[in-house]
Amino acid sequence: MVKDSLLQKEYELGFTYTRSTGPVVGKFLTGLKNRQIFGNRASDGRVIVPPMEYDPETFRPLNDFVQVSDAGVIESWCWVSKPRSSHPSAVPFAWAMIKLDGADISMIHHIVTNEQNRVVTGARVKALWIDQPVGFISDIRCFVLEED
Amino acid sequence: MNIDICIVAFSQSACVAQAGAANEVELIMPQLEAVYGQVGISNAQDVDFVCSGSCDYLQGAAFAFVAGVDALGAVPPIQESHVEMDAAWALYEAVLKIRMGHAESALVYGFSKSSPGELPVVLSQQLDPYYLAPQWIDSISLAALQARLMLDKGIIKASDMAAVVASSRRCAMDNDKAQLAGQFSISDLLEEPEYVSPLRKADCSPISDGASAMIICTRSKAEEWQVPFVRLSGIDHRIETHNLGMRDLTTSHSTRLVAEALSIHNSSLDIAELYAPFSHQQIILEQALELQAETEINPSGGVLAGNLMMASGLSRVGEVFNRIVAGEAERGLAHATSGPCLQHNLLAILESV
Amino acid sequence: MDNKNKEVIDAIEAPIYLKYKFTAGLAPARFLSQLKQGVLTGQRCPKCDNVYVPPRGSCPACGVATEEEVVLGDKATVQSFTIVSIPIPGNPIQPPYIVANLVPDGANISFIHLMSECVNEEVRIGQRVTAIWKPREEWDFAMDNIRYFKPLDEPDVPAELIGHLSVNGTEN
Repeated sequence: MVKDSLLQKEYELGFTYTRSTGPVVGKFLTGLKNRQIFGNRASDGRVIVPPMEYDPETFRPLNDFVQVSDAGVIESWCWVSKPRSSHPSAVPFAWAMIKLDGADISMIHHIVTNEQNRVVTGARVKALWIDQPVGFISDIRCFVLEED
Repeated sequence: MNIDICIVAFSQSACVAQAGAANEVELIMPQLEAVYGQVGISNAQDVDFVCSGSCDYLQGAAFAFVAGVDALGAVPPIQESHVEMDAAWALYEAVLKIRMGHAESALVYGFSKSSPGELPVVLSQQLDPYYLAPQWIDSISLAALQARLMLDKGIIKASDMAAVVASSRRCAMDNDKAQLAGQFSISDLLEEPEYVSPLRKADCSPISDGASAMIICTRSKAEEWQVPFVRLSGIDHRIETHNLGMRDLTTSHSTRLVAEALSIHNSSLDIAELYAPFSHQQIILEQALELQAETEINPSGGVLAGNLMMASGLSRVGEVFNRIVAGEAERGLAHATSGPCLQHNLLAILESV
Repeated sequence: MDNKNKEVIDAIEAPIYLKYKFTAGLAPARFLSQLKQGVLTGQRCPKCDNVYVPPRGSCPACGVATEEEVVLGDKATVQSFTIVSIPIPGNPIQPPYIVANLVPDGANISFIHLMSECVNEEVRIGQRVTAIWKPREEWDFAMDNIRYFKPLDEPDVPAELIGHLSVNGTEN
């Protein structure tokens, strides 16, 4: 009888999918490629960013696109002092719910700053774009604090 | 047709940080044996329907849920189903099966082998695949954003969150299945450093391996088996939009809707077992359910004392069952959740007979 | 996908990579540890007596835990097979080659392995084969310690007896 042993092996699972965007997500991602941010208007008039395909209350398709600013206000945030290897920032950063100017719904992205104490609810942030946007959520490299 | 659904057996493994070598079959089998023993049957052939809840991404083993069927004794073939959700939703499916008259009895189980992966990161991939999943925002960070909203609005204070943790740890001292237990004061807990601010590590449920199983049946079957049983008098669930920005994260709209559907508000409840993976979420649930002062909350310690992802919801129902069978309660509420920031919520009412 | 030159985005590459520390399971770990010693083992069901290889810790037919370890021989019987004629990406073996369901003597279910040193067109159900192991120094916790199975000069096993031979290759 061989002694029971804990056999372990590290491995990585990859799901290398290509995802169709459909027209609504496609409009948003196409906007990012041009350094523009689009939302769309819900049945109650609120501007949703990023845009949704269906109204969560009436379930009707949403087509009324609205361009919003790439700057806005922190609605909520949390500070990640030890980023995980999968996180978009290797240095400590904040996840945040950000309400862009012209939007009524906040979007989730991250803020990189070395002034942690300035990351507070209500602070203003703006998008920092990558050099050559490709039409992906990470075209916004991160948000940064606006100057006082 | 109104068919009374009864719970006749429940068993749960200990919550452990690392179940070692045990695979899904080896995790499930002891719990199945335990519930068979409680009813006096020998295997899954002796029930009409089997439904399980699990998620293969937790352990990174494709079709682990199919491999789990090896624990059942499925020769000759059995009626079997699976939900890629907490097993509380497998219970829901089993209830429907019995209510429709397609079965008189059902075995329900859930298993969790979360230790092989990085659970908070694995859960990031259940988010919307265009805007959120590619950002890899983990489940703890999302809960932290929710807690911040509550703190900013003055709905809770950090000490309220610590009080939830202290209560969980204290109750868990009487729960030999718990992973985390002990006497902690609120000030002890608040002295701990922030983990993903505003959350401290103690505000987050631990990651646990284990399994739980339950047998339910019609009232006549329960009487035939001559075992103590508890009536499952109501079960229902609601889900909210995946768009976190569109939800009011400081409350649980879906929980409130289920509570209304089941007429829970202002009804008498001796105990409530709530699936709150983060301390502030227990407060959200207590408020949405409008629980009264006489209702004892999470006497087991809840999931802050041990969280079997994909089985903890079923275990909440099981904990209430155990206490009613033991005569410690007459009527109780069990809650299960799924998705980020309490997106999807299920409630079950259990009553003594 | 190259979205650089697209005016309207209609699809994205969104790869997901997740890291795990896979654990083999108690029964598979025992099986693999024995395999590292050059021994093929199964586990017997205490209820129906069937021997499973590779063992998973339970009898899937009876739903009971299996504990008793059974040492199996190197000889096996072809239960089914296919001739693979197309290259499989990432597979170093050149087609055409044989993949077969093989029941080792003493076991009641088959596992899948390769056959070689055979005439592909003459491979048949009931054919007797034996394991060809890699050199001892290459043995690991892996099924490919057995490089492949090759035909034996033994009479075929009648279909109804496949999966019912004792570890000595005799009828149970």
